[in-house]
Amino acid sequence: MLYVVIIYLWASICLYLLLGGADFGAGIVELATPRKHRSRIGAIMAKAIGPIWEANHMWLIIAIVILFVGFPEIYTTMSIYVHIPLVAMLLGIIARGTAFVFRNYDAVEDRWQDVYSRVFTWSSMVTPFFLGIIAASTVSRTIDVQAADFVSAYIGSWLTWFGLAIGLFTTAICGYLAVAYAMGTVASERDKTLIIRIAKRFIFAVVCVGVLVFIAAAYSEIPLIDWIFGGTIGQVAIASATLSLALTFVAFNRKKAIAARILAGFQVVMILLAATYQHYPELVLFKDGGGLSLIEHTGNAKTITSLAWALLLGSLFILPFLFYLMRVFGKRSS
Amino acid sequence: MDDFIAARSQMAMSLGFHIIFACVGMVMPFFMAISHFIYLKTGSSIYKGLTKAWSKGVAILFATGAVSGTMLSFELGLLWPTFMEHAGPIFGMPFSLEGTAFFVEAIALGFFLYGWNRLKPWFHWLTGLIVGLSGLASGILVVAANAWMNSPAGFDVIDGQYVNIDPIQAMFNDAWFLQALHMTLAAFVATGFAVAGIHALMILKRKNVVFHTVAFRISALCACIAALLQPISGDISAKDVAQRQPAKLAAMEAHFETEANAPFIIGGIPDEDAEVVRYAIRIPGVLSFLAHGDVDKPVTGLKDIPKENWPPVAIVHYAFQIMIALGVFLALLALIYVVALIWRKAWLGSGWLYRLFVIATPLGYIAVEAGWIVTEVGRQPWIIHGVMRTVDAVTPMPGIVYSFYLFTAVFVSLSAIVVFLLYRQMQMVGKLYDVTDPDYQPK
Repeated sequence: MLYVVIIYLWASICLYLLLGGADFGAGIVELATPRKHRSRIGAIMAKAIGPIWEANHMWLIIAIVILFVGFPEIYTTMSIYVHIPLVAMLLGIIARGTAFVFRNYDAVEDRWQDVYSRVFTWSSMVTPFFLGIIAASTVSRTIDVQAADFVSAYIGSWLTWFGLAIGLFTTAICGYLAVAYAMGTVASERDKTLIIRIAKRFIFAVVCVGVLVFIAAAYSEIPLIDWIFGGTIGQVAIASATLSLALTFVAFNRKKAIAARILAGFQVVMILLAATYQHYPELVLFKDGGGLSLIEHTGNAKTITSLAWALLLGSLFILPFLFYLMRVFGKRSS
Repeated sequence: MDDFIAARSQMAMSLGFHIIFACVGMVMPFFMAISHFIYLKTGSSIYKGLTKAWSKGVAILFATGAVSGTMLSFELGLLWPTFMEHAGPIFGMPFSLEGTAFFVEAIALGFFLYGWNRLKPWFHWLTGLIVGLSGLASGILVVAANAWMNSPAGFDVIDGQYVNIDPIQAMFNDAWFLQALHMTLAAFVATGFAVAGIHALMILKRKNVVFHTVAFRISALCACIAALLQPISGDISAKDVAQRQPAKLAAMEAHFETEANAPFIIGGIPDEDAEVVRYAIRIPGVLSFLAHGDVDKPVTGLKDIPKENWPPVAIVHYAFQIMIALGVFLALLALIYVVALIWRKAWLGSGWLYRLFVIATPLGYIAVEAGWIVTEVGRQPWIIHGVMRTVDAVTPMPGIVYSFYLFTAVFVSLSAIVVFLLYRQMQMVGKLYDVTDPDYQPK
């Protein structure tokens, strides 16, 4: 049953990155669009994510519940040592969710719309940035459970060049996913052309920041290249991610919306696979060489079994309903 | 302010903020579903407008509740890691089920809000009802987790190790049902009176009277039914607390001496050092009767409980008194409304009844907050009653006080914006939602 729980944990992180990521991306894309087209893009994005955005963020809750029920030591260690970026991410989540809804549902449309938009777009950018930093901190060997002073215990644990680069990379990926998703929801040729233009910028950004990640890893003395290219799975995953990036470019050019969505999603799944596979089953690596493993640092067996059943049972309720939601609202609207 | 107090304050504030939005998310969908049902049955467009108007309010409040709830799932670890390390695997079951319920709620809300003209009418109605049902399930499950902290079950502590863990037994602990019942009714009372009060105010201002009267009737009726049931649930809960957490009950009543024929203390200023209550009204025997159903049974006083296990007496006592007073007031108002509905129809159109409801607008929520203080502060100094002290659970990270200031600023500004938005919704009722209004011009 432990493996059921681990699969669900990985799947919910993956789905959060894909769906929640596309959702954050909506704000990032709006921010990255020239002022001239910004309100148009804002409207397209809001329409695309409106019905599904809240459901997209539930994957984070599922992941966090799995962690604190099934792997309490991992959850509490992260809570203690990565406290600061976690708080930054939470503030981003609060600001973003509320600003999006306020913008949509304010009965009067006046200059407050600008305030909501500004908060929404900037927090859409900041939140995945910190998510990336948090993810990077788990594998950077910077969490030091023996640290005596504040800076090395609570700041050095996450503030590295590698972390910053992963933060930027996550942000770029989110924007990229959002354009790929939005492509399928627009009908007019003008909107499509606009989306394609923005999509190309994000593909460019993903490539550039991707290179930056490797440079930063080398600078922070993280053996990223060994991790990714050291095993077959990593090599295959990265090769297919690169290939699908090129194919996504073609799909955008030919205005194949569904293909662009699938390829972009596939690419991000492959990147996550390459990033997590090498360390499995370790989830958090410590400075002193130790770490926290999904196999060894689990709650007791009875808890894991009931958690697995709760997840399986929950999926029966959630998944059909969620697929139907995405089918109804993921299409082009007339 | 030291870091421990800052952590407790931040947690209290986060929960105190979240609880309001959680209550709305549990209850408003049912009001919406009732109005929607009447619209589908009668085709009356005033009910359609009302359903839409309410759903906008729900969208705003649900999103605020969802983000503050997300934050809480992190704050548990950020502020109380030692607690979560041990408690997570034990009381995690209701949280994992709550994840499902919350997820279903978010999906159903997406369907409901964007489903007009896109879904079949009765399927659309059903999605609205599912929002309510899953919201209710979420609330009950979270309260079950909280009840476990009051009434720990499903594990043993041997040599400091938590062993023999049984998550199912932990979920169905002794307190879960009564706490969930009391909280659910409270959500209906608080949200019902808040909604009814706002619509009553609009009726008194002679704005869109038909629209607001329809809205008032649905919300007031739900509120009143719940308000009449709540004292019964409160009474059973008090008897239960007297059994399981005598220190909490003693603090609620500022009851220092263990005695038979124990008096019910109304008001007064508790002095913890002198162990007396000054200027209080005492009704002999009533506390014994309320706690044990028998005036001759003794009620344990604080003097028989080691002082290091006392909760802060004055806060718990004041909060309890506020909750009781408001609960009684709302139950009386509910009684008046029921009398008016059945025997005194003339009262319904009169200004004084609406004025009473306007006064009642915030009272249910004040009672909810007071009740939450009773149960949370009343559990102190324990985070897991009798097992782990709150002070031993707090994060080792220094500087939590700054985090507290930051979160305070966020919550204060969010509250202000939400109030501002709801005010604007109310101002626009004529234009956006009321078909009978001459200015009606929906977007």
